[in-house]
Parts: sequence; structure tokens; C-alpha cells
Amino acid sequence: MSEASAHALEHHEPETSTGIPNKKVLMWAFLGSDCMFFGTLISTHLIYRKISATVGGNFLDIRDVFDIELTSFSTFILLASSLFMALAVSAIHKGNLSSTRWMLFGTIIFGAIFLACQVYEFTHFVHAPGNELTLSSYRGEPHVFGSTFYVLTGTHGTHVAIGVFWLVGWFVYSFTGKMSTADALDIECCGLYWHFVDIVWILIFPVVYLMEYAF
Amino acid sequence: MSSVAATEETAAHGHHPHSEDRLALLKAVPFWSTDHKVIGIQFLLTTMFMMMVGGSLALGVRWQLAFPWENMPILGYLFSGAAGGGQISPEFYTMLFTMHATVMIFLVIIPVLAGAFGNFLIPLMIGADDMAFPLLNALSYWVMWPAIFCFGASFVFNEGLWNNGLAGSIAAGPASGWTSYPALSAISSAAPGSGTAQFWWLMGVTMVGVSSMMGSVNYMTTIINMRAPGMTMMRLPVFTWMTLIVSFLIILAFPAITIALVELMFDRTYGTNFYDFLEGGKPHLWQHLFWIFGHPEVYILILPAMGIVSEIIPVFSRKPLFGYGLIVFSGAIIGFMGFAVWSHHMFTTGMGIVATSAFSILTMLIAIPTGIKIFNWIGTMWGGRIRFETPMLFALGFITMFMVGGFTGIMHSSVPIDAQHQDSYFVVAHFHYVLIGGALFGLFAGFYFWLPKLTGKMLNEKLGKFVFTLMFIGFNVTFFPMHYLGMIGQPRRTHSYNEGHGFETWNQIATIGAFILGVGILIGVYQFVTAFFNKKLKDAGKNPWDARTLEWTLSSPVKEYNFARTPIIKSRDQAWENNYGPKENHSDKVPLDDHGVHMPDRSWYPLVSGLGFLGLVLGLLFHQSVDANTGEILRDYTYAIAGGSIAIFGIIMWSLEGPAGYHLFPKETEE
Repeated sequence: MSEASAHALEHHEPETSTGIPNKKVLMWAFLGSDCMFFGTLISTHLIYRKISATVGGNFLDIRDVFDIELTSFSTFILLASSLFMALAVSAIHKGNLSSTRWMLFGTIIFGAIFLACQVYEFTHFVHAPGNELTLSSYRGEPHVFGSTFYVLTGTHGTHVAIGVFWLVGWFVYSFTGKMSTADALDIECCGLYWHFVDIVWILIFPVVYLMEYAF
Repeated sequence: MSSVAATEETAAHGHHPHSEDRLALLKAVPFWSTDHKVIGIQFLLTTMFMMMVGGSLALGVRWQLAFPWENMPILGYLFSGAAGGGQISPEFYTMLFTMHATVMIFLVIIPVLAGAFGNFLIPLMIGADDMAFPLLNALSYWVMWPAIFCFGASFVFNEGLWNNGLAGSIAAGPASGWTSYPALSAISSAAPGSGTAQFWWLMGVTMVGVSSMMGSVNYMTTIINMRAPGMTMMRLPVFTWMTLIVSFLIILAFPAITIALVELMFDRTYGTNFYDFLEGGKPHLWQHLFWIFGHPEVYILILPAMGIVSEIIPVFSRKPLFGYGLIVFSGAIIGFMGFAVWSHHMFTTGMGIVATSAFSILTMLIAIPTGIKIFNWIGTMWGGRIRFETPMLFALGFITMFMVGGFTGIMHSSVPIDAQHQDSYFVVAHFHYVLIGGALFGLFAGFYFWLPKLTGKMLNEKLGKFVFTLMFIGFNVTFFPMHYLGMIGQPRRTHSYNEGHGFETWNQIATIGAFILGVGILIGVYQFVTAFFNKKLKDAGKNPWDARTLEWTLSSPVKEYNFARTPIIKSRDQAWENNYGPKENHSDKVPLDDHGVHMPDRSWYPLVSGLGFLGLVLGLLFHQSVDANTGEILRDYTYAIAGGSIAIFGIIMWSLEGPAGYHLFPKETEE
């Protein structure tokens, strides 16, 4: 028998020992790993945030460059995108394709706004007159804050960007007419990822931004 | 393709050309395959080759230490260039031990234990047709190749080549040790090997991480979700349990080093200050991040070997495993506590009394679950009818040698003793007792035990015993004197020593031992590789060892579809119960499934993605150049983006393929 003719055979999702689909277990395992990823970055940042090369209490106030209003806004936008994502997952489970499509679109737009804010923030910080925060310095003096800040938030931004690409993939796919409730599991996995990236930001926002105003 | 055709033909006509089937698996090896057995063989052959490479590097180290200040015959002239006059240079020596450790740890022991054994055994042991994600499995193998390529290229394509030609290039290989501490690894001009070679090294380790991650999430899903009916978690074979624990360790430990590597790469490429102490960074951070990965890594290397030994000892003692639950839980506890002892690698860095004491106590505690396992193995053998065949000999070698390594490990948990042993040959002796006496003996035991299942042929028992004898003697002659050498003060990672310390005799004895060990391993590998096509070997049959677990109910070699009928599991040692157990414990014979056995499609895309990742790595490696006129740093990401796009293209095309596949229909006579 050739492989091609065998393809015609009915394909059914295999039952699993736990009842949880394989893809979901895989996704959770990956997210567990990603926790350690961000855990390492965040702890690096916490260790370094008060250290500068010119040691001896000569800590430069990072608040001079931060734009907390903008970051608060983008945080709100990212959190709101999770609502759209949850609604998209709910819609595909119910088989409501049009609702799924536009909820995905909403998630994409909000994710894109967050990314735009981050791009603006990075360029703004690097070129802030008198307060330049670069990868290796702050106000022209050697500093580690820029290193940990850009690498940490940049890694998060990369995660968001990957999520946006993934969602765009689904959005485009929704116009092919092939989308059905059979895709619910895959979209749910996409949703798990998106919510996870959100949750990481909920941690990053206080630890990296708000803490500079408190301690 | 050929293997599909062979099996389908067999299924259709009911007869079975044995030798062709044996070669069918091997023929699929140079290509992409989604069959977990083929991927297992791919990992096996690749790692065997890498073991030869890593071993040769170690022999170079041993030669130099036996005869420091003397010219090395032939090879010395080849590599030292005209200036060296045949004597191994310190840079060359540093490269030797760096790459020996790197190759052995990242390209041999991790991929062979998790990749080869895990792939081949897990689905067979739990009664599954394949891994949960066969294509991801294929990708995890093919992403090994960018890693191998990077490590290989680090020897050649570096500043040495550009300045001094081919002879200079190997001397400028990566040379900051497998731990790659900054500043040696962070500043390009720190040592001859700190430039491009170090960057290759960083990329290589990152790729190993990617490969291991993809393998591990797959194993976890498979073990948790693909068990046959009745195969509860507490009926899983111990090897499967240990692989599950190791998968957790890999997915939780590798991110730490990945981030450390990313930070180091940023330091080198974009001038960040993570590890640059002049600009406020702390090289100490690297040590923490490295060992947060590095210590669980030690258990990643040893737990699967412990699992293998736990499978072999009951078989050759003809008794069930003593204290199954204890073995499983002590393994889990080792895995858990493995994350809480990393700083015992850094006792002499000055962490303060509280931290040092805490890590010291935790390190002593972790000896308890390890000890429990050893008592379990002894308890299993107690009163059993022991057969001393090759796998059992290696398993016994594992227990005794691992104990020696374990005891010296407990010595190191004591801070004052550790401070004395730090960076001495005593430490070298310790971890080789754990990694060769432990991991390598364990995996050789596994080879001799399971290769008949893989190839359908028994290995030559006499040759096997000869290999064991050579390895056991060679290993002890090499590494036991190192305890003494360390105690009288020979430092590790130092390429020579002066006369008058009394180091010569024992170093020369160790070198003789190393060559004996090398010959032993070489014969062993020859035996494994030829087992696939040596026609003189006896047929293995289904269960040559009278073994206990599920894989031994299948024919050898295993059919492409693994299980023709779903196995119903009723006890922990199902193969044994089927033969000797009470009637109610026998596995039910369920009728063949009308749907046949679902097989995944082959796909080009894992290969495409693997190559794309390689392009990405190369592009990132060489994206930087310096403008000859202005001295400005120019960045060109074209190749990196191209490679990344190919990788993404592969992944997208792959996901669009969907869960297609085909079905095989085994006949009643085919099991």
C-alpha cells in the first residue's frame, strides 16, 4: 500500500494516559522552562541594579530616564490583550469563526501597540539628552543597569514579537476557510503562550520599573 | 523509505527476511527519519564517533603529563609549528582539556544517555508506538549537527588559522575550560583561544541546549501521556522514571546556562558589562549561573546510568528490583536537591560563612538518596542467582566505581577539605570516577544489554568480557593514582611540572592506564558498530536475557510499528510475569486494531530547519567586521536573517503539514 492512499484513512487524536492532549503537556513543559529563562534574567537584573563601576554610593538615579506613564500604559495594553486572547480561545471552542478571527485581530493589535511602545522607549532611552542609557553606560559612565535592562526587557519583547507572528499566522489562516473547532487545541496552546508572556510582564513591570520608585 | 517498504512487504506476505530488517534500520540512519529507533541509532553512532574524538584529546593530555618538557612524537610537530619544535604549547594543552570535557559532556554523555537510550527505549518500555512528537524528535537530532559543526570549526576557523595557518589554528582552539569562566571567555584578547574559537564554543553549547530542550519536552510528554493501558506511573521501568526526572532537570537547568551564554555573547559583541569587572560587572555571576546549570547537569549525566543499572541488576540476579518505590523517589529527591547544591563548586570564591555552610550541609544530605539506591542494588543481588555476563559486569563496575567517586564527593562537601582539594588532581580523580566509573560504565552496560534488541544479534560474550577487563583495569590504573597526585599537590589544568615534586612516576602509570582504557573503549565501539552487520553473531530472539520489562516481549530487532497489538499491563515486570507469573498477571491478547498502527509521515522540514539554524549560527558568528580604513565596527546581519528565515520557513511548512501519516497493518503472525 502506498503512503498516499493511506492518507485517506481517518485520522483521530489518540487518547492519552492523563486525558490532557499531548500538545498541551508539551506547551506547559516549555513554559516551565521559560520560567527559568526569565528567572535567570530577572535575578541578574536584581543583583546588578544598584551596581555601577564608580562604586561607593555613587549610584545614578535611573528614574531620570524612565518614562513610567508610557510604561504603565503599555502594561495596561498588554494585559488587555490577554482578554482578547481568552475570548478568541473561547470563541473557537464554540465554533464561532468570525468572533475568533476578530478577537485574534484585537490581540495582534494590542501586542503590536505594546511592541511599538517598547521600540519608542528603547530609542528614547538611548538618546535621552543628558541621561543616555545605553547597553554599557548611563550618562556616559560605565554601568550595568543598561545591560540587564535592555537584555531582560528585550528578551520579553522578543517573546511578544514571536507571539504576534504566531497570532498573525492564525489570523491569516482564518481566511483560508480551513479553520474549524479542530484547531481549538492549537489556538489554546497559542493562548497559553500569550498569557505566559503577559504574566512575565506582570513580574517585570514592578521589579524593573516600579521598584526604582520604591527602593 | 526502504524500511517502510520492507516492513509493509513483510506485513503483507507474512515472512520475514531477518538480516535485511537489521540493515533496514541502519540504512535509514544517514537520512531524516521519524522512527524513534532510527533516531536512537543516529544518536548512538554520532556519539560513538564523538567519543573517539574526545578520547583522543584526553590521550593528548595524558601524553603531555607523562612526559612534560619533551617533544611529542609526530603530532607535536604537526600542531606546534616551526617555533614549537614538537613540544606541546600551554595553549595547545589548554585547548586539549577544554575540548575533551566539552565533547565528552555535551556531545557524548548527554546525547547518548538521553538521545540514544531514551529514544530507543522509552516508547518500547511504556508500550507506545512512537514518541509523542516524532518530528520534533527528528529535529532534536538534526540540531545536534550545528552544535557538532560549531565545536569542530572552533579547532580550525579561528585567529590561529588567519595568522599562522593550519598548524596555528588548533593551538588557538577554545581554551577557557568547559566551565568557560570570564574574563578568559569574555575578553577576546585574553588568550589565543578567547577570540573566534570561544565564540564558536558559545554557539555550540547554545545549540546543544536547544537540542536537549526539544528532546526533553518530548520525553516528558511521551512518558506522562503515552503509556499503555495499565502502565501506571508506579509500574514504569526505573530507566523511564530516571529519564523523566532528567527531562525535568534539563528543561529547568539549561535556561540558566543559555542566559549566561547570551549575556556573555552580548558582552563580547555589543559591549555590555555583565561580566566585565572594569565596568561594574561581576565574573562571579557567571560562576553562579554556570553551576546552577552545571550541578543539575551532573545528575543529568548520572541518573539515566542509574536507571540502566536498575534495569540490568534484577535481570541478572533473577529477582525483582528491591525497593522500587525507594529507588524512584530517591531519584526524584536527587533531582530536586540537585538544584540546591550548586555553590559547592565555588566554596573557595568567598561566598561567606552562611552560604558556604548551607551548601555544605545540603551537599552532605544529597548523599543519602544516592546511598539508598546503592543499598537497593545490593539488596536486589542479595540471595539472587547472579549471572556474570557482560552487562552485569559493567553494572557491578558501575556500583563499585561510582561509590568511590561518591565517597570522594562527600569529602568535598566539607568546606575545609574542599579548600585543600580545589583545583588539584584529586578533583579530577573524583569526577572521572563518577563520569567514567559511573556514567560510561552504566552506558556500556546498557549497550551490551540492549544492543541485541536493537540489532537482533547477540554480541560476542568473550569479547565483551575482554572489553570490560581492559576498561576496568585501564580506568583504575589511570585515575586511582590521581587521588594521590592531587594530595601531594599536582594542580589540574596545568600543562607541565618541574622535576622534584615526585609527580613523574604516577603520571606515567596513569598514562599507561589511559591507553589501556582507550583500547578497551575502541574494541567496545567496534563491537557495537559491527553488531549491525556482522553475520557470524547468533540470533537474539525475543528475550535472550530472560529479562523483565515490556520491550523484551517484542521481536528483535523491533518492528517499525513497535506494538502490533496494544499491550495491557498488569504488573511492573510484564515480560517476566508473562513467562513465570500467575495466570491473572499475564498480559491480555487484545485483537489487532482495524485501523492498523498509525505511523507519522517522514518530513524534510526538520532537516531544513536544522540547516537554517546552522545558517543562523554562522551568520551571527561572522556578522561583525572592522572597517580597515576607519576602524569602525560594521555589522551585517544578512546571513543570520537568511538562516533564521530558512529555519522559520521549515517550522511553518512543517506545522502546515498537519498530523498526517499512514497506517501499517500487522498480520496475526507478526508481533
